[in-house]
Formats: sequence, structure tokens, C-alpha cells
Amino acid sequence: MAKKKKVETAQVDASENAILNKETEGLSQGQIVFRRFVRHRAAMISVVFLFSLIMLVYTALDWRIGSKEDPFILPGWWKYNFEDMPELRFEDCPGGSVGCPTIDAVPFFDGDGIKMGEHPFGQDDIGRDYFALVMRGAQRSILVMFIIGIIAATLGTVIGAISGYFRGWVDAILMRIVDFIITIPVIIIASVIGFHYGNKGAAFLAVLLGFFTWTGLSRLVRGEFLSLREREFVDAARVAGASNRRIIFKHILPNAIGVIIVSVTLLMSAAILLETGLSFLGFGVTAPDVSLGLLISTYQDAFTTRPWLFWYPGLFIIAIALCVNFIGDGLRDAFDPRQRRRLSRKDKANARRMKNRNEVAA
Amino acid sequence: MRRIGALFIILFGSSFLLFNLSAISTDPIGELRLSDAPNKEQLILNLTRELRLDLPPPVRYFVWLRGVLGVFIGNPNFGLTREQEPVITAISGAIPVTIRLVIVATFVAIFLGIALGITSALRQYTRFDYGMTFFAFLLFSLPVFWIAVLLKQYLAIDFNDFLVNATISPPWIIGLSIASGFFWAAIFSGTRKRVLTIFFTVFLANSALLTLLSATKWFAYPRLGPITVALFGVGVAYGVTYLSVGLGSKAALKTSLLMAGIGTISYFPAQLLLNSNRPRLGLLILFIILIAVSIAGSFVFSKIDRGPIIRTSLITSVLIGAFILVDRLMQAWRPFVESDDVNYRPVATIGQSTIWLSEVPFWVRVLDQAMRLILPTLALALGGFASYIRFSRGTLLDVLNQDYIRTARAKGLNERTVIMRHAFRNTMIPMSTILVGDVASIVSGAIITERIFGWQGMGTLFNKAIVSFDLNLLMGVSIFLSSLAILSNLIADLLYSVLDPRIRVGAGK
Repeated sequence: MAKKKKVETAQVDASENAILNKETEGLSQGQIVFRRFVRHRAAMISVVFLFSLIMLVYTALDWRIGSKEDPFILPGWWKYNFEDMPELRFEDCPGGSVGCPTIDAVPFFDGDGIKMGEHPFGQDDIGRDYFALVMRGAQRSILVMFIIGIIAATLGTVIGAISGYFRGWVDAILMRIVDFIITIPVIIIASVIGFHYGNKGAAFLAVLLGFFTWTGLSRLVRGEFLSLREREFVDAARVAGASNRRIIFKHILPNAIGVIIVSVTLLMSAAILLETGLSFLGFGVTAPDVSLGLLISTYQDAFTTRPWLFWYPGLFIIAIALCVNFIGDGLRDAFDPRQRRRLSRKDKANARRMKNRNEVAA
Repeated sequence: MRRIGALFIILFGSSFLLFNLSAISTDPIGELRLSDAPNKEQLILNLTRELRLDLPPPVRYFVWLRGVLGVFIGNPNFGLTREQEPVITAISGAIPVTIRLVIVATFVAIFLGIALGITSALRQYTRFDYGMTFFAFLLFSLPVFWIAVLLKQYLAIDFNDFLVNATISPPWIIGLSIASGFFWAAIFSGTRKRVLTIFFTVFLANSALLTLLSATKWFAYPRLGPITVALFGVGVAYGVTYLSVGLGSKAALKTSLLMAGIGTISYFPAQLLLNSNRPRLGLLILFIILIAVSIAGSFVFSKIDRGPIIRTSLITSVLIGAFILVDRLMQAWRPFVESDDVNYRPVATIGQSTIWLSEVPFWVRVLDQAMRLILPTLALALGGFASYIRFSRGTLLDVLNQDYIRTARAKGLNERTVIMRHAFRNTMIPMSTILVGDVASIVSGAIITERIFGWQGMGTLFNKAIVSFDLNLLMGVSIFLSSLAILSNLIADLLYSVLDPRIRVGAGK
């Protein structure tokens, strides 16, 4: 009985494989990866959510472009800017606190449905609109995340590729530099830099941080290149007369792109936590600019009396980091050639039906 | 040997890099320049001479390095801090504090992380697995300073308030029981009937236990007593035997149960040992006795295959010893809570130990330090915990796909042996190197945690160094952290080659 069942499962397995193979017939590697990624539910939800979050955050506030005295103002949809100081609201707050949030996200139970109100996330000590502050902080954090991601990805890939492709003394020198940087804990370098350049703006800080966070990626890329450069297709390209640059960028890099993308996404989620952590310690973005970490740091003692000053920035950090993490996970699964799609019940039923049909036909 | 040479070169390079980086970006006299003190010029001159600011940073680095190289002649000189205290003194005062924090956090993270990760891998694609994955990602995305504030509020302030009454309200009992019911039912997933049975059993047991604890005000005055120790002992004996050799091995089970019995009996003499004038020695003696008895017991009961049985009973006896220790700590609860310095607020949010205004017994002091450890440890452990869940899950899944696992199953070994002996051990090889390599990153993670909880450790020193432009102190701290990172990497590599004979360290590139 058991034996018969085993044989049956083996056959079902074979037909499952057939389904999977059929699905990838005639598709390029990129298309296969894309399909796998789209099928990863958590990752897709994260993509949509993160995209809408970014849209929300970046369109909320006014953009001031150009000179300080007479800027060109691109109006945002929210009525306050993070520098505005409306009057502090005293009325209808629980426990005698001031500037409480007016957001009402519970649809029916309390009667008035969803509304934003005057100050959805409340107000800070001097009456600034907290929603505008959180939006500004999230803008900074997302900006820092992308800048660090892009710089670290470029540097890490290029240096890792050169080091792995050329080997020899180039590799030795580059990897020693990597060793030097990688042994100093990131938080230490970042604090040293952040303390002295934090007041120059978030973007400047992010660029500097990007110069010290590429090391892990470059090691990974080097490893990939070391193994890929021994493969036959590289020899073929070289025999065909391709230059080193062409081999690196056209032949090897596309094969290593999976490792790079995945590790960059994870790097980006680490970057957002790094930035908020630095700002929390006081070594990152400094006032008058706003960052999510700085907001939490400023109002951590207000938790018992005005918890909303603490909740909202934290929730935004978590939402962004969580989305990026899930996207990274989805990408990892999509690029992993060993990863087989989990067949749903419907697929399995199809497989069984196909098998039965074959048997009948036979 | 070559590796140790490379190690020093790396250490030299990274310290050179950091020194110049921070020397260039700091401006210690900037503040003075803006001041309007009458003897401004003199002050600037003094400071310049004191910090050797007349030399360019690379040259200053070598001045500093000359002092540090004194390590080899037994007379290291890391320079003075800005408060004219030797850096070595400052750091050696801070290291034990940080180590205490980090070690406990690491162990908590490792044990829980691996346990949950492995359970999650064995239940791949179940709700439990998805739940754990989501949980791990959530923990990855939580900023430690944010979670720390929540912990302070809910685990310290609110819990202290709760302890005043120490009664759990019915909604809480029901909520907690439902949560734990879900948790266990998800772990032992199976048919619907089985899941429901487990859910309701756990739910009822849990509510009964919580009601009992609430009615007896156990949380206000926690205690275990010999009977509970005995019950725990039997439970541990069964559990450890099941995991390590399987309940089929009568010899192992007998020895473990014997150990549980002996542990319970030794509860009373143990009190004498622990209450003596030298409690540390007493504790040591207790554990030595337990271990000796467990080895002797295994020799008596087992004729063949002694190794696994000795191991089993050893683990059992150490765990029972730990229970007796916990019980002793709980006995110190009442004097601890009622002392003036604690004043019924046992979970503190700031500082690494209570400043005792009066003389207190040894165990009260230990209990105080343990209570102070809880919050920062939790905050620090969460990050590592999440990555261990993910990593052990991934590794175990990889291992389970290997051919030797199929072989083990094919030759008819039972599932427990396959998992614990063949899969789990091979999972531990990559895990162990990750664990060792993580030590340095956890220590640097402690920088933020210490700041939040007001511990006077490496993190606080580092903070001070940056804010007061104290280059010597900064270099001292970072040299310590970098050497820790390099050393732990070296150990990880060596460990890997010891555990996995296929890998030889330093054999070609």
C-alpha cells in the first residue's frame, strides 16, 4: 500500500516538474525572475505599499525650489509645512495634554467616520503640525536610504568586480582596503562622520555614509566574479575578442545581478535603521531639519503623556523598513534557481488530472 | 602565524583610517575660538600643546601608535582622556558592564532564535512558519531605540504598577491563554481535530495556572519551593531525554529521572550552601556535586554507549541546578522589593545597578542586577534573535535537502534521530561561525542600548568621546571593538575548520 503510494507521488512529482518546466518555456532569465517575483505575495504587497507611501510622503508638503528669498513653490496637498507654526490646540485632549491628534481612522463605531481633522498626528511642543513633521522626516529617511543604496551599490559592484576579475595585486590592495573599513563597526564610523557633518544636511550625510557601507557588497560581488570568470562563456567571449570592460559589464555582471540586487535591498533597509539610529544618538540629521529618529529621540520622554509624538514616527520607520525587507526577500526567492514554486492545491489537482488522462490514453 | 600577521596589518590599517578620519573631521579648539574668555589665546595654546594639534594627523597617529605598541613590552599607553584619566582605566571599567549585557543578550537570542528557527523549518509553509517569518522581518525593521521605549513603558512602569496588586484581570487571563493556545497549536500542527485538542488543552491549563498565580499573588512574592523544583525536574528529565536520545533509551531516562530526584533532595542542603558566607563557592560546589553525581549515575545505569547518556543526564542536572538557583533568587525577592532603595519598583529603567544606601545580602544584590538586565537584554537580543530565526531556518532547510538526510531516512532511522543527530548537528556548523562573528556587531549594537538604559559601558564612553572630541578615548574604544571583530572572525574561521573537516584554513586561495 505504502509502496504504491510512493510510486504515485513520484509520478505526480514528475508531472509537477512538467508543469514548472512548461511555465518557463521560451522565457528569458529576466522574465522568469520577474514572474517569480510577482508571484511572491508579501513582496508584491510591499512594493505597492511602499510606492504609495513614497507618493504620500513626497507630495504632502510644499517643495521650495530655487533661492531662499524668492523660491518657486510647488504646493503639496497638505495645508501645513513642517516649518509652519499654527496655534497649539488645547481643547478636547485626554488627560489635560496639549496638541493631541485629530485623526479618526475607525470608520463606523464612533459615528463620524474617517477624517483627518486639523492636525491628524497632533502637534509638537511649539505647535508645529506633527503630520507635516513626520512627512518631512520620512522624506529625509527615504532619501538617505536611496542615496546610501545607490552609492554603496555602485562602489561595491565596481570595486568587487574589478577585484574579482583582475585578481593579483589589484585584488590584494582593494581587499585590504575593504578589510580596513569593514573591521571598524559601521556605527562608529557613521557617528564620527555624522557628528561633524550632520548639520550639512541629510543628503550630504547620506553620501558620506555611502562611502563606508559598500564593503560587504564588494566582497560578495568579488566572490561571484571569481567563480564566474572561470566559466566557459567568459572564455568564449574572450576568444571572440571582447575587451575586459565588455566582459565585465556585458557577460559577467548580468549573471551576478541577483546577488547584487538582493544585497542592496537588505543594505537599504539597514541604511534606514542606521540613519534613524544615528539621528537618535544625535549624530545624524540635526535640527532645524527633521528626521524620524530625531523626532523619536526628542519625544521619547513624552511617551506617558503624549504617546502619539512617539508612535507615528516609529510606525513610519517600521513600515518603510518592513516593506524593503519583504521586497528583498521576494527578490532573493525570485533569483534563487533552487527555489521551486510551491504548487497550490489547484496545480496539484491539475497535475493529477494530467496524469490520469495520460493513463487513460495509454 | 601568517593569519596573525595579517590581523595586525588590518588592525593597523583600520586604526590609521579611523584616526585620520576623526582627526580631520574634529575641531577641538573650535569651541574655544568662539568663546570670549579673556585668556582665550592661552587656552588655545595649552590645548594645542596638550593634544599635539601642531602636528598633522598622520604624524599624530604615529605618536599615538608608539604608545599603543607598548603592549609588546608590557607597558601600553593609550594616552589620557580629556579628563586626564588613562584611557585604559576608563575602558577596563566599562568592559565588564558591556560584556555582562552582551553575553546574556547573546545567549537569549541564540537559544530562542535557534529553537524557533528550527521549529519553523520543520513546519515549513505552515501558518506557524509564515508567522515566524513575518515576526522575524518585523523585528528586523524595529529600531532598537523605539522598542526600548516601549519596553520601558510596558515591561517596567506598567509591570511595576501591576505588581502592587499582582492580580491578573479575567480579560487578560483569557487573552494570554488564547495567545499561548494559538502558539502551541501552531507548533504542533496536524489534523484539525488535533489542533483543536491542543488549543483547548493549552488554553485550559494556561487559564488555570494564571488564575492560581493571580489568586495566590504569586507575582508579588514569587517562589518555587521543593515541590515545584521536583515537578520541573521530572519534566526536564523527560524533555531532555526525548530530544537527546529518545524516550526509547531506558537507561538515559532512568539516569535523568534519578538526577531529577537527587536534585530535589539536594534542594535542602543546597540552601545551606547558598546561604553560607561564601555563596559563590557554595554555588560552585553545588554544580560540581550535581555534575559528578550525574556522571556516576550514567556509569551505573548504562552498559554500552555511555557518551549520549552522560550527556543527557549532565544537561538535566545543570538545568535542575539552575532551577535551584532561580528559587534562591526568588527567595531574595521579598527583602529586595521591600528595601527602601527599591521601594516596590523592581523593574528599573535606568542604570546597571541600584545604589544601595544600606548593606544588603549577596543574593539581593544579584537579584537586583538580574532585574536590571532584563530590559536592555531584551532590547539588544531582539535583533540577533530575528536573524538567528531566519538563518537557522534557512540552514536547516538546506541540510534537509541533502542526500545524507535521505540516506538516514532510507535506512529506517526515526524522525527524531534524523533531525537531532543528522540534520541539527550539520546545521550548527554554519550557525556557529555566524554566532561567533556576530559578537562584535552585538557589542557595537550595545552602543545605542546602553545610551537608552543609562548603563555606564563602552557605549557611554564612545558617546562621550565623540561629543567631547576625545580622540584618545575614541581610538581606545574603537581599537577594542575592531580587535574584537577581527578576533571573532579568526575564531569563526578556525572553528569552521575544526567542525567541518572538509575545510582547511590557509590552504591556497
